[in-house]
Amino acid sequence: MTAFTGTARLTRLALRRDRVQLPIWILSGVALLAATVSSTNQRYPSDADRIEVLRTAVDSPTLLMFRAAPTGSSTGTMAMFQILAFLAVVAGLMSTLAVVRHTRQNEETGRAEMLGATVVGRHAILTAALIVTVIANAVLSVLLGFTLVGNGEPASGSFAAAAAVGATGIAFAAIAAIAAQITQTSRAANGIAAAAIGAAYVVRGAGDALGEVQANGYTMVSAWPSWLSPIGWATEVRPFAGDRWLVLALPLALFAAGTGIAFALTVRRDSGVGMIPARPGPTRAAPRLLGPLGLAWRLQRGTLYGWAVTITLTGLTVGSLGNSLTGDNALPEGAANTINSLSGGDDGNLIDSLNTAMMGFMGMMAAGYAVQALLRLRSEEAGGPAEAVLATATGRSRWLGAHLTIAVAGALALLLLAGVSMGLVYGLSGDDLGGELAKLTGAALVQLPPALILAGFAVAAFGLLPRLTIGLAWAALAVSLILGQLGELFELPQVVRDLSPFSHVPALPAGELTVTPLVALAAIALTLGAVGMALFRRRDLAL
Amino acid sequence: MSTQAEPAISISGLRKSFGGSMALDGLDLTVAAGEVHGFLGPNGAGKSTTIRVLLGLLRADAGQVGLLGAHPWNDAVELHRRLAYVPGDVNLWPNLSGGEAIDLFGSLRGGLDERRREDLVERFQLDTSKKARTYSKGNRQKVAVVAAFASDVELYILDEPTSGLDPLMEAVFQDCVREVKAQGKTVLLSSHIFSEVEALCDRVSIIREGKTVESGTLAELRHLTRTSISIETAQPITGLEDLHGVHAVDLDSTRAKFDVDTAELDRVLRYLTRFEVRSLASAPPSLEELFMRHYGRDGHGAELETAQ
Repeated sequence: MTAFTGTARLTRLALRRDRVQLPIWILSGVALLAATVSSTNQRYPSDADRIEVLRTAVDSPTLLMFRAAPTGSSTGTMAMFQILAFLAVVAGLMSTLAVVRHTRQNEETGRAEMLGATVVGRHAILTAALIVTVIANAVLSVLLGFTLVGNGEPASGSFAAAAAVGATGIAFAAIAAIAAQITQTSRAANGIAAAAIGAAYVVRGAGDALGEVQANGYTMVSAWPSWLSPIGWATEVRPFAGDRWLVLALPLALFAAGTGIAFALTVRRDSGVGMIPARPGPTRAAPRLLGPLGLAWRLQRGTLYGWAVTITLTGLTVGSLGNSLTGDNALPEGAANTINSLSGGDDGNLIDSLNTAMMGFMGMMAAGYAVQALLRLRSEEAGGPAEAVLATATGRSRWLGAHLTIAVAGALALLLLAGVSMGLVYGLSGDDLGGELAKLTGAALVQLPPALILAGFAVAAFGLLPRLTIGLAWAALAVSLILGQLGELFELPQVVRDLSPFSHVPALPAGELTVTPLVALAAIALTLGAVGMALFRRRDLAL
Repeated sequence: MSTQAEPAISISGLRKSFGGSMALDGLDLTVAAGEVHGFLGPNGAGKSTTIRVLLGLLRADAGQVGLLGAHPWNDAVELHRRLAYVPGDVNLWPNLSGGEAIDLFGSLRGGLDERRREDLVERFQLDTSKKARTYSKGNRQKVAVVAAFASDVELYILDEPTSGLDPLMEAVFQDCVREVKAQGKTVLLSSHIFSEVEALCDRVSIIREGKTVESGTLAELRHLTRTSISIETAQPITGLEDLHGVHAVDLDSTRAKFDVDTAELDRVLRYLTRFEVRSLASAPPSLEELFMRHYGRDGHGAELETAQ
């Protein structure tokens, strides 16, 4: 028996387990590309149209941050500008989740122990996970390539773009493989891998935002940070604008190195434990732990700390981005209009518009935290300790209420951090620190009601359809992001955009403060939460 | 047992289905106050579902359920102050230590007896400083058992509490049950360990496919079943196979081994005395045999009808 015995069987098992999940990821990526290509071709039919919009884009750091540095005026390069970085994120998330699902999650649930006791080699589980992930990325790449070719794009550029996406996916698979060896829980491994993807996106965004505009006035060469990011490598392939296949050596090298490290780590550690050993804990509980709220805080605080660091760093970055646009760096009119429309505000102070657009994302992050915190309810219930807790003198309302309190207070704290960090950096550069602090903190806080609607939705889903809570809550968040924050960029009709709670927030600091929509949003959030709580009190535990 | 007081648990005609599948189909269960009641049944018979209904975690579809004189669903929180529960599958928070989990459950239940906690941790040899993720199944069970017995409550509901404990810890567990029984507390013990149930329980209920098939003291249940007899006589035994209620005869002239329905024991022994009994050994049916008879090796409990 070698270290790889049983790999083929485990690969088939993993493919069977993922027969729904992976096709959904792959088809979502393909659909995203197809929709982007067709809408881009419709909106910008001629070369002149495309050059005009790109001339505006190169002056907007925000747009460059979220999209990519433009590389040309052809339909292919335009599609890449719109979607390549997003596709790399999709491939990255698909890959990291798949690797963790078939490695650390198996160990955590004890499945790996059962598998390991059968005729299965030491490396078989990780190898099978990587094979499945590589297959998924290969299928995704082939379909993406044919989608582009089917839209009349040159084959070389089409498959360069497709290969760039797939190579990014497997590069992140290697990072996830290492994370799965280091940590003890799949939550932690997924967290590390997702943070790596987020960091790669932001670093690439910085590289593109700081990129150098070429003589033609509408293409760019990204700055050096792009080369530090696997997502940056995908854009540096420059599909349809040089097709630099050689750049793909970077993600492939990362894949080789990462999997090598992961295999070396599997040999060094015992099954079921990570590299970071568990320290002994206290033999007695501290008084503050004793109670539903104390317990909820203990279980949730790590998540909140992580989000707090992320949102503060984002706030500081965005605050300083505002500074760089003042004075001599004032934007041309086109870019100003883009940012203004993104923010939903009227013509006015450009910096305020930028900050308004950013506040929408801050609200989204607060909502993301609240949803993640509330999903803890479900994981405590499904095969968790909730059964034993609810068999004590702790009522269901108190138990749910404790987690809800942490989620709502946490979302509020995150928005305060966002407003203060943005206001501090931006205000320090001007002469009105107090005024900017107050203005931006207020602008951040108006994002609380829509964030709470998503939290209320998660509670309602938990009360009504407990087994589907996780999928429903994340789907609601994703739909709100696409319809709300990105609705303008995707040119969605206003009625559709209005489905997102974030579309109804007063556009602060650029616009006027109106109280009515905030009260209405808060009332909806409260109703959803109350309904969810009432349903939970009446239903069977879904263990 | 004392029947003057109101029973601690009284269930009649309890029904519960999940989707299309029937989990409990008219289950009856009565546990008198102050008794240790064994709750037996094969996997999937509905033991844990019954317990979860008693705890107000699941809502009954039909039937009467009384717990300590109150309603398990409507009065859940008040009732939970008066009982302690050890789940069949103990799940703890991976990043909390065992000691923290014990204190937390005690506090959520309304406080625990400090001296008793210390004593139980010592007796169960539990390392309370370890994080729950590093505990084995047996150690996780010890955490739940310590947290339960350190609570001063009227009723203990224990769902296969010892399935992961070693024999030494099993003995400690049995001592704990006897101690709370001596204090007049009630215990509902779901278990697969027959020696444990025989050693501890005053009365036993056996359920199968969501229905109660037997309930009574061990002596009463034994009456319905067979006793194994091993006999040696001076004269060759004849006609034994033809007696009513005699089974599995292994006859060798003056020696015989057979099983006899306990109800027919007297008549069969009278018959045998005519062959001049030299020695006689009889073994009452063990709970295990009793259980096996109800579920049969074919799993259909076919012998139940003939025994009755």
